[in-house]
Amino acid sequence: MSYPFEIIPSLRRETLRRLISEGKRPDNRQLLSMRDLSIKVGVVKTADGSAIVNLGNTKVIAGIKFELGKPFEDTPNEGNLIVNLETPPLAAPTFEPGPPDENAIEIARVIDRALRHSNYIPLRDLVIIPGKSVYTMWIDIYVLNHDGNLIDSSMLAAVSAIANAQVPRAIIDGDTVKLDKSTKIQLNVNPQNMPLTVTYYKIDKYLIVDPTLEEEVMSDGRFTVASDGENIVALQKGGGYFTPEEVDSMINSTLSIVKDLKVKVLEMIKNPTGALML
Amino acid sequence: MAKQPPVPLLSNGKRVDGRLPEEHRPVTMQVGVLPNANGSALVAYGNTVVLAAVYGPREPIPRYITAPDKAVIRVRYHMAPFSTDDRKNPAPTRREIEISKVVKEALETVVFLEQYPKSTIDVFLEVLQADGSTRVTSITAASLALADAGIPLRDLVIGVSVGKVGDTVIVDLNKLEDNYGDGDLPIAIAYRKGWILLMQLDGVWKPSEVKRGLELAFKAAENIYRSMRETLKGRYMTVVQQ
Repeated sequence: MSYPFEIIPSLRRETLRRLISEGKRPDNRQLLSMRDLSIKVGVVKTADGSAIVNLGNTKVIAGIKFELGKPFEDTPNEGNLIVNLETPPLAAPTFEPGPPDENAIEIARVIDRALRHSNYIPLRDLVIIPGKSVYTMWIDIYVLNHDGNLIDSSMLAAVSAIANAQVPRAIIDGDTVKLDKSTKIQLNVNPQNMPLTVTYYKIDKYLIVDPTLEEEVMSDGRFTVASDGENIVALQKGGGYFTPEEVDSMINSTLSIVKDLKVKVLEMIKNPTGALML
Repeated sequence: MAKQPPVPLLSNGKRVDGRLPEEHRPVTMQVGVLPNANGSALVAYGNTVVLAAVYGPREPIPRYITAPDKAVIRVRYHMAPFSTDDRKNPAPTRREIEISKVVKEALETVVFLEQYPKSTIDVFLEVLQADGSTRVTSITAASLALADAGIPLRDLVIGVSVGKVGDTVIVDLNKLEDNYGDGDLPIAIAYRKGWILLMQLDGVWKPSEVKRGLELAFKAAENIYRSMRETLKGRYMTVVQQ
C-alpha cells in the first residue's frame, strides 16, 4: 500500500536497508519470521462469529453476520459469501472517512478469492431452499490499528471469525422463511482447508514477511501468496517487480510457513474468550 | 468449478476455438488512433478489443494528488456497457477498481516517473468488446499508448493470461474458458528485463502448475513483444516522414 504522507528520514532508511542486507530487522526478527500473534474468538456478542487479531501492533477485528438471501443464478445450491473490509480513520493518521478505497477493496477481494477456492466454508450447508432461499454470510473486517501487513492479519481475522461462526436456525413456514436468532448451530468448517496468506515485501533484493508499517512504506514491491498448505488458492502482486525465481521461492516458503502458522491458529481459536479486549 | 460448460473446453487436445493449449489468439495492434490523446493504442487478442489513451504528463487535477518528486500515474480500467453479453452497468464495479489498481502498479514500475515531477500521467482503458483476458489486453494496450505518447519507459509491458482446464495449463483464455475453466492466472511481463509486473491467481493450483504457467506466459510474450516493437517502429517512421 502506498501512503503518500508517511515519511521516513533517509538516515533511518539507510540503517534499515543495511540491517536487512545483513539478514536482520530492527525488532530482532529474521527476514521470514512473523511478529507475535494473538487471536481471540467470540469477542463480539452481537455478531454470529467474531475474532480479534493482534499481529505486533497491527490490530484487526472481523465479525460475521448471517442474513436471509436469494442464491445467485449460477450457484442455486450454495450460500452467498460477501467479504468487506473497512479502514476507519481511527486506525491510522493517513486513513480518511468514506467508502472503502482501492486498497481496502483489493484486500477484501483477495481474501474472498482465497476463501472461495479453498473450500474452507461449507457454502453448500448454507442453503435453506435450493434455488430460492439461502444464507448470505457477511464477513466484515475492520482495521483498528495499522502497523503494517493488513492483508495477512485480515486473513487471519477472517478465518478465525469463520471458525467461530454460529448459524441462526431457519424456520420455513409455507412460503416464508425466517431466521430464529435464539437458536444457533455451529458452522462446520473444514480446518484442513483453512487458507492463509503470506505477503512478501521486497526491500532491495531481499524478501521479508510481516513488515511493520515502516518497513512496508519503504518497500519496493509486494507479493501475496494464499495457500491451504498444499495448493495455491490465490496470488496477488502489488507494486514493484518480481522475477520467476523469486515467485518460485515465495511459493515454496509459503507452503511451510502456512503449515506452521495453521497449527498455531487452530490452537488459539479453540476456546472463545467472551470479553472484548484489545 | 461445479458449473458445466455448454461445450467441452478440451477435446482431443484442442480447445473450443480449435487452438492448442499453449497457443495464443492472433494479436493485432494499432497506435496513434486517437488524435486528441497524447498517446493511444487499439489492441485485440482475438475477439477481445481494448482501446487505450494516455493524457499527460499534465498538471494534476485535483492539485492535492501532486507528488513533489515524481509523476503520479492514474489508471481507469472500464468496460463499455455493450462489451459483454448482458449489458454491463457503466458504474465502476469493485472488480474494475481492483483491476485499475493492479494495472497502475504494473505500469508505475516501468515509467521513469522521476522525469516528470509534480505532474500526472492518466491512462484510460476502455474494453470495447470482451472475450476473456481483458485485463492483460489492457496492459499491452496501455504500454503501447505510453510509448506512443513518447513517455520514456524502462521496457515494454506485455500482458498474457494463463488458465487451467482440468490439469491442462492453457494460454490466453477466451470468455468460455474464463467462465467455465478451473483457474485464471493473469500475468504482465517486462519482456527484456524478465520482470513480473502483474500476477494474480484465481482457482486452485498446484505449485508446479503455477511454474508451468509462468513459463508459457514468457514464451507467449515473445511474439507479442516483437509485434509491439514493429508497430511502434512503423509509427515513429511516419512521424519522421511528416
